[in-house]
Amino acid sequence: MTDKLTPGRDAVRRKGWLGAHRWLILRRLSQAVFLGIFLLGPWAGIWWVKGDLAGSMTFDVLPLTDPLILLQGMVAGHWPELTALTGALIVLAVYALVGGRVYCSWVCPVNPVTDAAHWLHARLGLPKGWQPKASTRLWLLGTVLAVSALTGTIAWELVNPVTMLQRGIVFGMTAGWALIGAVFLFDLLLARRGWCGRLCPVGAFYGLVGQKSVLRVSAANRAACDDCMDCFAVCPEMAVITPALRGTTAETPLILSPDCTNCGRCIDVCAQDVFRFTHRFDAHPAPGRADPTPSPARQRRAA
Amino acid sequence: MAPRRPAPPIDRRRFLTDAARAAAGCAVAGSLLALYARDARALPAEALRPPGALDEPDFLAACIRCGLCVRDCPYDTLSLADLGEGAATGTPFFTARQIPCEMCDDIPCVKACPTGALDPALTDIDDAKMGVAVLVDQENCLNALGLRCDVCYRVCPAIDKAITLDRMHNERSGHHAIFLPTVHAEHCTGCGKCEQACVLPEATIKVLPIRLARGKAAEHYRLGWEEMERKGGPVVEGIIDLPDRLPEEAPDFAPLMKLPGTGQ
Ligand code: SF4
Ligand code: SF4
Ligand code: SF4
Ligand code: SF4
Repeated sequence: MTDKLTPGRDAVRRKGWLGAHRWLILRRLSQAVFLGIFLLGPWAGIWWVKGDLAGSMTFDVLPLTDPLILLQGMVAGHWPELTALTGALIVLAVYALVGGRVYCSWVCPVNPVTDAAHWLHARLGLPKGWQPKASTRLWLLGTVLAVSALTGTIAWELVNPVTMLQRGIVFGMTAGWALIGAVFLFDLLLARRGWCGRLCPVGAFYGLVGQKSVLRVSAANRAACDDCMDCFAVCPEMAVITPALRGTTAETPLILSPDCTNCGRCIDVCAQDVFRFTHRFDAHPAPGRADPTPSPARQRRAA
Repeated sequence: MAPRRPAPPIDRRRFLTDAARAAAGCAVAGSLLALYARDARALPAEALRPPGALDEPDFLAACIRCGLCVRDCPYDTLSLADLGEGAATGTPFFTARQIPCEMCDDIPCVKACPTGALDPALTDIDDAKMGVAVLVDQENCLNALGLRCDVCYRVCPAIDKAITLDRMHNERSGHHAIFLPTVHAEHCTGCGKCEQACVLPEATIKVLPIRLARGKAAEHYRLGWEEMERKGGPVVEGIIDLPDRLPEEAPDFAPLMKLPGTGQ
C-alpha cells in the first residue's frame, strides 16, 4: 500500500535508500553541476564556461544558445549571428535526442524549487487548488511568441523566472528571487505542480522539441506492478505513466508522451522494478498485467 | 445515414468553452506582457549600452541576455540589469559616472556577443556611438567659470577631436579668457571618461543617449558657407556679393564713394 507522505518506502526497504534515490541524486547532482560550472568563473576565476543558460561559451569554442529565446528574437525581427544560431542548433539536437524535458528535470534551476514546493504541499496535505489544463502552457507559449512578434522584443525574457534565477545567481543579482518565491508560493498554495506542469512556456517548448526523443522510460516489467501507486505519487506529469503501465501486451510499455521529463523518479520509487531507461526503438516484449483492470481511457475507447 | 453519436455535442461545447477560456486567459496575460515589454523599451538616460549596440528597439529583439559581453569586458564596465533596475531585465548596460568604457582597441565585448546585438560591423572603437557627452551645467563647470580645470578634456581618448577647449571672452572679469569644454558629437563615442572624471560632486559634463543629446537640422537646410567652400564660388551663379558694411569707427574705414557736399 502506498503511504501518501513517503512514496517509495517499499522501494527503500527493498533496494536500500541509495537504490531508491539513485536517479534523484543523479538529477540533483546534474542540476548542481549545470549551475556550478557557470559559477566556477565568477567564484573561483576558472572561466571554462561563460555566460548563462540563455547563451554560453564553453572553453572558448562551444557556443550554446537557448533556442526558445533565439526564436523569440527571430519572430521579433532580428536574425542572429552564426554563433548564436549554431549554439541553438546544438541545444536543439541534444534535447531532440535525450528528450526535451530533460531540460526540466536535469538542468532547469527552477525544478528543485517546484519540487520543494510539491514536497511541502504533500507534507501539509494541502488541497490541489487550481488545476488548469496541461495544454495551458502551449497556449502560453503561443502567446509569448505572439507578444514577441507584436512588440518586437524578446518578451518572455522580461519576466522568465527560469533564466532570471540562474542569471541572478551567476551574475549576482537579487530581484529575480522575488519571482522564484512567487513560483514557489504559487505551486504551494494556489496550484499543485502548477508552474512546471501547467504554465511554464519554456517547459512547453522543450516538450515540443522532444516529441520524438530517443531516450525514453519504459514500464518494461509492468506485469509485476502491484498497484502501490508510488510512481503516480512522484511523477510530475503523472498522466504520462498510465498508457505505458496499464497497457495490454499489444500496447507499448514505452512512456512516449513528450511531457515525460525523463527524471527517472518512477524508476527509483518502484519496489517491483517495473521501470527502466531505454530507447524508443526497444521492442523487447513486455506483457501487460495478467488480470488487467482496464484503464478508464481504454474502457472509453472500447465502448 | 450513419447513426448520430450522442456524446460529441457536449464534448464540442466543452472543447469550445475550454478553448475560449484559454484564449481569454492568454489575451490577458499577453496584454500584460506586451504592456510591460513596451515600458521596457524606455531605457533610462544614465544607462548606456555597450559599444556597437543596435538601436534600442532592435537591441531588445536581438540581445538574449547571455552576459558574454559583460564577462569579456576587461574593465568590468558592463553589468546586466536586474529586475526593475531600469534597463530591460538582464540586458547589459553601463553607468558612465561609475565605470566608463575604456574604448578597447580590440572591442572584446562586441567580439563576445553571439547574436549581433552588438554589431560586429563595429571594428574601429572610435566609430562607437554609445551616447554623446554634453556640458549640461555651464553654471558650475569650473572651466566655464573661467578656471582651468580641463580634466574632462585631458581624459578624453579622442582629445582635441571629440572635445576641445574653445576660447572665449570672460565677460565677468573683462580681461580673461574662458576655455569652454566643447564636445563635437561627430567624434564623441560616448565612452563616459569625461563624465566619470569630472571633479565636481555631480558631473557637469554628462553622456546622454543620442536621442536626448542631439537636435536635428531640417532635411533641406544647407549651410551657405560650407556650400560655397565646396563649390569654390557663389552658390547661385551671377549673384552679386555686396560689400559688408563696417561700423563707422573702424580706423581703417574708407567709404567706397564720397558723397557730394560732405566736405571730404
Ligand atoms: S517546466 Fe519550466 S520551470 Fe519547470 S523545470 Fe521545465 S523549464 Fe523549468
Ligand atoms: S570597449 Fe572595452 S571597456 Fe568598453 S565596454 Fe567594451 S570591453 Fe568594456
Ligand atoms: S553578449 Fe550580446 S546577446 Fe549577450 S548580453 Fe551582451 S549584448 Fe546581449
Ligand atoms: S564621452 Fe567624453 S571622454 Fe568620451 S569621447 Fe566623448 S567627450 Fe571624449
